[in-house]
Amino acid sequence: MPIRATLAIPVILITALVAIFLIARPFDFLNKGAPPGESLAVERVQLDERGIHATIRASGAESVAIAQVQVDGAYRAFSITPDRPLGYLRSATIDIPYPWVTGETHHLTFVTSTGATFEHTVEVAVSTPGKGLGDLAGLALVGLFVGFVPIVIGYGFYPALGSFGDSGREFAFSLTVGLLVFLLVDTIGEGLEAAQQAAAGFRAHLMVWLAAVLTALTLLAVGRRSGSPPEGASLALFIAIGIGAHNLGEGLAIGASFATGEIALASFLILGFALHNVTEGIAISAPIDRRAISLATLFWLAVIAGGPAIAGTMTGAFAFSPFWTALAFGIGAGAIIQVLVEICGAIFVRRPASAPWYSLASLSGFVIGVAIMYATTFLVHG
Amino acid sequence: MPQKSFSLLRRLLNRRRLLTMGFATVGGAMLARGVLAQTPDDPHASLPGRDAHGGNQLAGSIDHSRNGFDPMQLLREWETGRVSSTSDGRRIREFSITVIEREIEIAPGVKFPAWTYNGRVPGPSLRATEGDLIRIEFTNAGSHDHSIHFHGIHAARMDGVPGAGQVAPGETFIYEFEAKPFGCHLYHCHTFPLKRHLHKGLYGAFIIDPDPARHPENAAAAKSRLLGAPENAAWQEFIMVMNGFDTNFDDENEFYAINSIAFAYQKAPIPLEKDRPVRIYLINVTEFDPINSLHLHGNFFDYFDQGTSLTPTTPTIDTVMQCQAQRGILEFSFANHEPGRYMFHGHQSEFAELGWMATFDVA
Repeated sequence: MPIRATLAIPVILITALVAIFLIARPFDFLNKGAPPGESLAVERVQLDERGIHATIRASGAESVAIAQVQVDGAYRAFSITPDRPLGYLRSATIDIPYPWVTGETHHLTFVTSTGATFEHTVEVAVSTPGKGLGDLAGLALVGLFVGFVPIVIGYGFYPALGSFGDSGREFAFSLTVGLLVFLLVDTIGEGLEAAQQAAAGFRAHLMVWLAAVLTALTLLAVGRRSGSPPEGASLALFIAIGIGAHNLGEGLAIGASFATGEIALASFLILGFALHNVTEGIAISAPIDRRAISLATLFWLAVIAGGPAIAGTMTGAFAFSPFWTALAFGIGAGAIIQVLVEICGAIFVRRPASAPWYSLASLSGFVIGVAIMYATTFLVHG
Repeated sequence: MPQKSFSLLRRLLNRRRLLTMGFATVGGAMLARGVLAQTPDDPHASLPGRDAHGGNQLAGSIDHSRNGFDPMQLLREWETGRVSSTSDGRRIREFSITVIEREIEIAPGVKFPAWTYNGRVPGPSLRATEGDLIRIEFTNAGSHDHSIHFHGIHAARMDGVPGAGQVAPGETFIYEFEAKPFGCHLYHCHTFPLKRHLHKGLYGAFIIDPDPARHPENAAAAKSRLLGAPENAAWQEFIMVMNGFDTNFDDENEFYAINSIAFAYQKAPIPLEKDRPVRIYLINVTEFDPINSLHLHGNFFDYFDQGTSLTPTTPTIDTVMQCQAQRGILEFSFANHEPGRYMFHGHQSEFAELGWMATFDVA
């Protein structure tokens, strides 16, 4: 028998095992009438003049049948589409006519056929943006100020840094590393946070890590396809891609939080995000040789890095899914890992012995980079 | 004027105003109009869900026949037992009660793993007359120990507590005592853990009618209370057991009701004949919450606490409060009212909105 034919053996055994378990159910005796393990994720809640609309997803071993719905501790009339028990990872929309109060908190409780309850809180009730042109434009504008504008402003720091000569460039490079290290930790943190809101069955937290690793490997391979690590404008492009992926996730989270009333999109908050992201412009411009770059290239790099924030806020507000947001953050983390690897390679490996990596310019750049990022987070949550 | 300057400061610090100002400066007037216009002080914001103020209800309906009991029948259904006499002419009432574990649908689509007396929650509404000899053959067909503890006057060995009338699965016990004192009483399982045995559904009404012969000073009132007497037939009598269900077992009730089915009498109002007086036997067995109550709309009632007197203990009230196991009789009349629908409900709004809401349809 050819060796390859032996592949059939494990396949047949697996099929047999599945068949035995499904047909003979040999372990049913272990289930002593225990109630089914229901699990439900509330993925999204929208509010409009007709009431409250919740998107739910079942993620437990057993199907979930929503029998009744409470809003603020009172049973309410509602309709559910589709109107049948939800199987594993199936979702449904629940429409509840309800006179919700703008600016106040509302609590939803979903009671299943077994009497189990699943709760969700709308922290601040605000009308979900409509799909009208004005709302779309408004969200796009938020994305513009969160992503694109600060990056362009950040470019402005570069000429001054370059005027300090080699140590200025070194400082800018290390500053970028500091910014990116912070961004990496933050991205993974936000990805895991989004993953927690996703239906448990998706194992979204694993997806964050896997997406990060796979993205990093892919981008490393793409970046080095010519045989050498990316440098200069090419490295700047990869930094822009990494930051762009991060900003997509951030945009999704902002749009969704706004749409679900978790945050009020106050100008303070948007200003905070904008200031926080100014540093991204510095990061992108750091590896670029000033004499060899056109303004057009810089513009497109800003579009690549900042544009996804616009797409994110608009998408997040209308079609938020915590799973996809977590995935976007995972991809963003991977892209950041790739540029960190390449930049650190440039710093540690390919440098003359006369200029050690632990120079004052390098270390202070890194520390200041992390510090700036940390300090500006207060603006985001302020 | 410190107060004025303080409020000015507060206005300046108002995040939402800053926001509109901030965006005006970056030319984001469109943004302010679009995404951010939903501020609470916006006088033009439409009232969300204006039509939805009346939607406090359950979705769907219950198949009462599958439950084996209909809330409308439960209101008026008395279990008077098998009647016989002793050799000296004394009346004996014999009842059979069995604990059955079964699932009941306590709200449309919501199944509760109940412990029941005779398959229903509340259990059968036992009714006897003062002085009767009561004999209850109690069988435990459940999987845990159970008992019946009567609120009444009886010997310690008939108390239905561990060591005195607590019955193991598959076994039987006979409770025997004289029906006294007359009044509106209850019975329930007294096996520990008590909370679990109560909220799973093991409780019921135990009404002892006064014997008019023993109360010559109030014979008319006593006759009106005596089931079977012509004076009693004029009355519209209802049994209402205030209860709740903790369906997710977190020691808080998800559903409140009278006679188990949340909103049942809201959905199908209880018909009342305007000219006949009304008597409610009201019993509170609600677990977890310290009290429950009944409030009657558009009318007042006389209240007889525990039902052990023939004159009202609290005349002319429209709301009565009961702790767990407290009970009483409400007497009132709609004879001088316009016909119409008159609500009554627990006046803990929380309980009302979670199911303890009902309506009389007076015609």
